[in-house]
Amino acid sequence: MNQFYTPTDHFSLLPALLLALFGCAILMLDFFVLPHPRQKRWLIFFALLGEFFAGLALYRQYRFLEDQSIPALRAFSDGLIIDGFSIFFNAIFVAAAVLVAIISYRYLEVEGEHHGEFYGLILLAQCGMYFLASGTELVTIFIGIELMAVTFYILVGFLRSDRRSNEAAMKYLLLGAFSSGFLAYGFSLLYAITGSTRLPKIAAELAQRPATDPLLLLAIVTTLVGLLFKVGAAPFHMWAPDAYEGAPTPVTAYLSVASKAASVAVLVRLFLGTLAPHRINWEPMLAVAVVLSLTIGNFSALSQTNLKRLLAFSSISHAGYILLGLIAGNRTGLTGICIYLFVYTFMNTGAFLVLISLRQKGMTGDDIDDLNGLIHRSPGHALLMALFLLSLGGIPPTAGFIAKYYIFLSLVETGHYALAITAALFVAVSIYYYFRIVRAMFLNEAGQLLPALPGWGARVGFAVTALATLAIGLYPEPIIRFAGTSLLR
Amino acid sequence: MTLLDIVLFLPLVAFIVILALPKTLSRTLALATSMGIFIVSLGLLAPFLGKPTSAVSFETNLIWIQSPAIRYHISLDGLGLWLLLLSTMLTPLCVLISWNYITDRVKEYYAFLLLLEFGVIGVFVSMDLFLFYVFWEVTLVPMYFLIGIWGHDRRIYATVKFFLYTMAGSVLMLAAILYLYSRAGTFDYPMILQLLSSGRLQLTAAEQLPLFLAFFIAFAIKVPLFPLHTWLPDAHVEAPTAGSVMLASVMLKMGTYGIVRFCLPMFGNAAHQCAPVIIALAIIGIIYGALVALVQPNMKKLVAYSSVSHLGFVVLGIFTFTQQGMDGAVYQMLNHGISTGALFMLVGFLYERNHSLEIKSYGGVANVAPVLSVIFMVTTLASIGLPVLNNFVGEFLVLQGAAIVSWKYAALAGLGVIFSACYMLWLYQRAFFGEAGEGVRHHITDINKRELLAIAPLVILMVWMGTGTSLFLKPITAVNAQILEQSKINVEYQVKAPPAPSAEPAPATTAAVVEVARAR
Repeated sequence: MNQFYTPTDHFSLLPALLLALFGCAILMLDFFVLPHPRQKRWLIFFALLGEFFAGLALYRQYRFLEDQSIPALRAFSDGLIIDGFSIFFNAIFVAAAVLVAIISYRYLEVEGEHHGEFYGLILLAQCGMYFLASGTELVTIFIGIELMAVTFYILVGFLRSDRRSNEAAMKYLLLGAFSSGFLAYGFSLLYAITGSTRLPKIAAELAQRPATDPLLLLAIVTTLVGLLFKVGAAPFHMWAPDAYEGAPTPVTAYLSVASKAASVAVLVRLFLGTLAPHRINWEPMLAVAVVLSLTIGNFSALSQTNLKRLLAFSSISHAGYILLGLIAGNRTGLTGICIYLFVYTFMNTGAFLVLISLRQKGMTGDDIDDLNGLIHRSPGHALLMALFLLSLGGIPPTAGFIAKYYIFLSLVETGHYALAITAALFVAVSIYYYFRIVRAMFLNEAGQLLPALPGWGARVGFAVTALATLAIGLYPEPIIRFAGTSLLR
Repeated sequence: MTLLDIVLFLPLVAFIVILALPKTLSRTLALATSMGIFIVSLGLLAPFLGKPTSAVSFETNLIWIQSPAIRYHISLDGLGLWLLLLSTMLTPLCVLISWNYITDRVKEYYAFLLLLEFGVIGVFVSMDLFLFYVFWEVTLVPMYFLIGIWGHDRRIYATVKFFLYTMAGSVLMLAAILYLYSRAGTFDYPMILQLLSSGRLQLTAAEQLPLFLAFFIAFAIKVPLFPLHTWLPDAHVEAPTAGSVMLASVMLKMGTYGIVRFCLPMFGNAAHQCAPVIIALAIIGIIYGALVALVQPNMKKLVAYSSVSHLGFVVLGIFTFTQQGMDGAVYQMLNHGISTGALFMLVGFLYERNHSLEIKSYGGVANVAPVLSVIFMVTTLASIGLPVLNNFVGEFLVLQGAAIVSWKYAALAGLGVIFSACYMLWLYQRAFFGEAGEGVRHHITDINKRELLAIAPLVILMVWMGTGTSLFLKPITAVNAQILEQSKINVEYQVKAPPAPSAEPAPATTAAVVEVARAR
């Protein structure tokens, strides 16, 4: 017994357990206890309660590491790891899930698709992400990815009566299954080469192999392809615009923020940890993917008229910026990835939140033209949107600038000058399309859309996202320290 | 907390206060606060007045971000001093000229004006490269909105063009700043200079050139130097009057200030190496700007192109690497801020009355608006460099600096002076002399008290800066001498001893030159 499920195992698994428990409980409650549509609001409180307990469990892990001053806690005989990195990413997931839960309420009401399982699925997806951030075993990671992906397939198609939503879910499912196949193939090759599924052992085995080993090269390629798909980086980004556009907007926000962060966590663990000795093999591939992501993401976004598609393409380019930190691969780069994802959670969710609060029955508010003259109708929303867009564009003194700054700095430190300059020039391109939205809101004549309806969820969401975007931009010290301590490995 | 911190952050406070209080108060509040800021900022003169010192004052150096260390490091020297005062002086004047013109979204307008002032002051006092970059970008946002919301018909095209041009340049500068950090280990500018001058940080020729270009292009776009100037006429023509004034008088100076402050001391060799090309571009800009201004049917566009020409003088002066040329360039920055600012104001007054910027819809204005015409005449004369008025001193020094390098430069640039007389006087003749037409007689009234109040300080300064030159020039000269010394650090690392804090001979020369110039 003591070998099978030790207290350490329990301690390291607790947040995921809680999330799964609450997630399943919500499904049950929805069905048996609170079937009436007007009782659905209690479910969101229940979901938030689940997040609270999961957050508490995470905080206890954090305190434990601090108090014992140990860098990491391994459990399930190297299957799970609790370290600063996993805690940082899980904090991002908690923040994203809480934000998404509170902003979904009114959206689902408006759409007439308010079903309790929505909140349950959000928690279950987060449970999958937990294993991506803390898993150090291939099968665990793969199950985490599938748990996350399957719940997202359902969430994307959550608007059952909406054709676009169904289409998006279908596309996402087909391409997602395809990429999971790649990933499984890559993982099995890694197992075949090394005879183990545990990352520390794989790392030790791989360090012995020559870099020119064709089998290893194949493993790296397939793993990278599978993960780049999940991150939404070019050239494996084709699902993203359709899925983003068709999905319910809160799900789009969740997908673009948390799912991306979780996949990046795996990429970092695999490629900067296990596969680090074979950098010479994967770095060129990753560099190509980054340049393609920046190019395709930014240039495609230029011509979009649908806001959700535009943000989808912009998120492809953001994936490019984040992966740049991986290419740099030094401490600054890693800090940069962490800060970027943290900041991105707030600014991107905030931007989607503006779209959500503008949505009304029968009026999508998804076109850029729908925002025309927003400053006249709801000045508060227009100013907030401008703040989020400035941050997404990376203009000081917003948080997005700090994030980009770290990425650029890491590139310069490691001598990737050409990449740094390319990335810097694409900032100017991205400013163009972000400012197309600003222009529509502030400079164009008023459209006919009604002013936004206030709601408590939106208020809280706006307060949190806007405050984070501004505060991190003006005084980034705490978050830098938090990200920095998460990397003591 | 020094006086400089207060002057820097007061506009931000004013920005928040204006946004927070109801919009019926915005106008008054903006005027009161910006006047207050100007009066407080006059206190900054104390350590500099009449002293040829290159020392910095009002230094604050705090940690902003721990690692990598980014500092809130601000200080003031003779170079930043006058540009800062120019900004704080022009802001209340801009409020005054917008008093009745802006009727739409009043609160946001004045708030953005104050935010712009905050950013601009920050640019002129930042001594940390990172902080400098932050302020540099901060100025973009309010200007984007000032042009985009309150501008004329093609405002959106103009403001997007303005934004993209500047942004494209500045991201390259950011890359260069980060590279410098990776080499020097600090963003702190005085520290970097010290490392350079002591030889502990050595930039090879292969490093200096790209770094210099990254900085220089960002600044050259802002100046704007000849092939990069195309955003300027659009932005000026579409901007509201106050936007044009701030753009021409202050924001263009951020570019030339950056060149003097950063490009020369850090990358002296690359600057020397590129100087012939840059001088050529500057001279092309001088002549091209003047010739294009000559054929403009639109008054605002004419003044905008004249800016291209005048700023060419500034760049020319800087890259002569002579004391006179540099002094003239910095002096010309201030002169241009005052005389072109005044020209934009006057054109704005005419526009408010007649709702046209076309020269041909005027004519005979002198008959109906004598005071306005006189002020326009004085400003015109100042702009074309009549002795006793301010531009003369600057242009003279620049030409002298150019002549030291090569008489050809001086001769070609001198052509620009002649052309400037042509287009300005011809503009004056067409707009102000002749028979007053129907429209002019009905719409044009003479200048009113509020407008007089706005333009009078500038007219006074034109005369004062033309006659009391040494007062303004002394702190500039000392700083320029130091920058010149720093720019001589050799690429072969024959490192010179750090320059003595105040170079003795240089100020004397310039002062003498000015005396001679005035005597003529």
